[in-house]
Amino acid sequence: MTGTLESTLRARRDGGAKLLVPYVTGGLGDDWAECIEAAAAAGADAIEVGIPFSDPVMDGPTIQEASETALRQGATPTTILDRVRTLDVGVPLVVMTYYNIAAHAGLERFAATLADAGVAAVILPDMPLEESGPWRTAAAASGVETVLLAAPTAPDERLPRIAEAAEGFVYGVGLLGVTGERDQLAASATTIATRLKAITDMPVLVGVGVSNPEQAAEVSQVADGVIVGSAVVRRMLEGQGPEGVGTFVGELRAALDA
Amino acid sequence: MAMTDPGPDGRFGEFGGRFVPETLMPAVQELEKAFRGAWADPEFRAELDHMLTHYAGRPSPLTDCRRISEELGLRLLLKREDLNHTGSHKINNVLGQALLARRMGKTRLLAETGAGQHGVATATAAAYFGMDCVVYMGEVDIERQALNVFRMKLLGAEVRTAMSGSRTLKDAINEAMRDWVATVEESHYCLGSVMGPHPYPWMVREFHRVLGDEARRQCSELLDGGVPDVVTACVGGGSNAAGIFAGFADSTAELVGVEPAGGAAVGRGVPGVVHGSNSYLMQDEYGQVKEAESISAGLDYPGIGPEHAYLAAEGRARYESVTDAEVIEAFQLLSRTEGIIPALEPAHALAWVSRERAALAGKTVLLNLSGRGDKDATQMMEVLS
Ligand SMILES: Cc1ncc(COP(=O)(O)O)c(C=O)c1O
Repeated sequence: MTGTLESTLRARRDGGAKLLVPYVTGGLGDDWAECIEAAAAAGADAIEVGIPFSDPVMDGPTIQEASETALRQGATPTTILDRVRTLDVGVPLVVMTYYNIAAHAGLERFAATLADAGVAAVILPDMPLEESGPWRTAAAASGVETVLLAAPTAPDERLPRIAEAAEGFVYGVGLLGVTGERDQLAASATTIATRLKAITDMPVLVGVGVSNPEQAAEVSQVADGVIVGSAVVRRMLEGQGPEGVGTFVGELRAALDA
Repeated sequence: MAMTDPGPDGRFGEFGGRFVPETLMPAVQELEKAFRGAWADPEFRAELDHMLTHYAGRPSPLTDCRRISEELGLRLLLKREDLNHTGSHKINNVLGQALLARRMGKTRLLAETGAGQHGVATATAAAYFGMDCVVYMGEVDIERQALNVFRMKLLGAEVRTAMSGSRTLKDAINEAMRDWVATVEESHYCLGSVMGPHPYPWMVREFHRVLGDEARRQCSELLDGGVPDVVTACVGGGSNAAGIFAGFADSTAELVGVEPAGGAAVGRGVPGVVHGSNSYLMQDEYGQVKEAESISAGLDYPGIGPEHAYLAAEGRARYESVTDAEVIEAFQLLSRTEGIIPALEPAHALAWVSRERAALAGKTVLLNLSGRGDKDATQMMEVLS
């Protein structure tokens, strides 16, 4: 059965749009939820909500700082999901967190809590395909989709197996490295998009190192769309608030629609 | 019960696994394949043995202690890993991994370090093989282990400061993993303990097995074919303990790992996933990893290797904890009675023996003296002044 995230993204893509998924660190400051609303109003197709983890090994300095700040300000999975439950932004929400947050709560219980909060899907960046079985079973039982990542290091035979197991969309990792803004779009971003598009009909989005409208448009010539995280979160850390986030997401939208 | 191959999924019972970013998955699979091949290759084994003998100074002696044994009312045997080149057991693992990295065509070694012993050992191996070396170390540890920072630089390594979180070992591992995600094609991550994703917990244990096997033979000679009543070692991630336990797991010896009270993963932890594997881990009610707190930089880690979690769950080994104050006592006790200044890490195991002397009366206790105390001299000079 196709879930909300996948059906939404497929419909938008098949209608000719490029897909835009911004990332917001949950619990960062007191207006992170308003940042989600602003991103949705500015044309996001889905939004990733980070639940901060103490040891985010896949994240660079910006999201590390955002995670540490949110945790210091008292953010917990409960406070974040309680707020998410009250949101009505009209696009699917995708929780991004690390495996231990789910494992500690209990996989089934965490999946049920997400479903109850209206979350459509989950990304766990430290859960490779081989370790994903128990979580995917638990998530499926609650109707939560599991997005899987595909990295530039994957040999050819690995990509179809990832695409086969992924739900919602396939997350192409744009470069060798952790999240963070980069001056240039890495050549690997287009390469991973090309390799994935060749083997799957799932929506293929590229994230990690996609930092501005030009880069988003560039990689979306091949990919179905982009995930933009650090560039959004940096604006939140700078205190630009919902307005700054909305403006930036609007610029990304315009570049993808051009 | 023997400590064996955890199989292709790297599971020790429910513990272990490979919880790494997808980017690293091909690398850990390739590493497992390379290690399996190398470990079964007599040429690789011979080359490693040669280095362990002629470069690291193996075998290390077994010292049958006279004065401290009298004082404690038991028989204390020390496995002298403090006498290895670079001053600790860490060299066993590092020479193995560096040789493997070279075989895999890697040109750069990456490491994390707490006390600096693993960093120094990695920098040493990199110098020996002519490889680049970057060592991540928490800001707090850089301050308390200044001597080792200097040694690493002298050996040609670049030391990078981990500024996030608790700014100790856990955060140095995070930084090393982030570096590895970005440089996986040319870098080998030379992980310093029996933790992380499969195959590390198994591979690092196998590289340290040499010390356990030696100790088993040495004990057998000394004890007329017998084994000690108790085998004990300190546990941060648990590599020196894994090495010595591996030599005695199939014997009647009782196995005791000793953790710092402020980093007691078995005593105060519950199963959790961080740094690539599922194991006992100190965490809060939401699964955020807690910061460990110990006088010893090398044991300042909130987790424990997955095989130790398994040995604990199975009841084959038990894990105790000691306080900083008890460690400071033990550090002085061994210095004064035997003329051996221990590192603060193995002083934990001695602190447990000393505290439990009544229960251990008349028994033969083998303690893995995993390192020497030179690196801790400055810190202890302040503590004891
Ligand atoms: C002398 C010594 N012993 C023990 C340790 C702890 O490591 P492990 O628990 O892996 O043996 C260290 C770590 O730095 C060390 O330097």
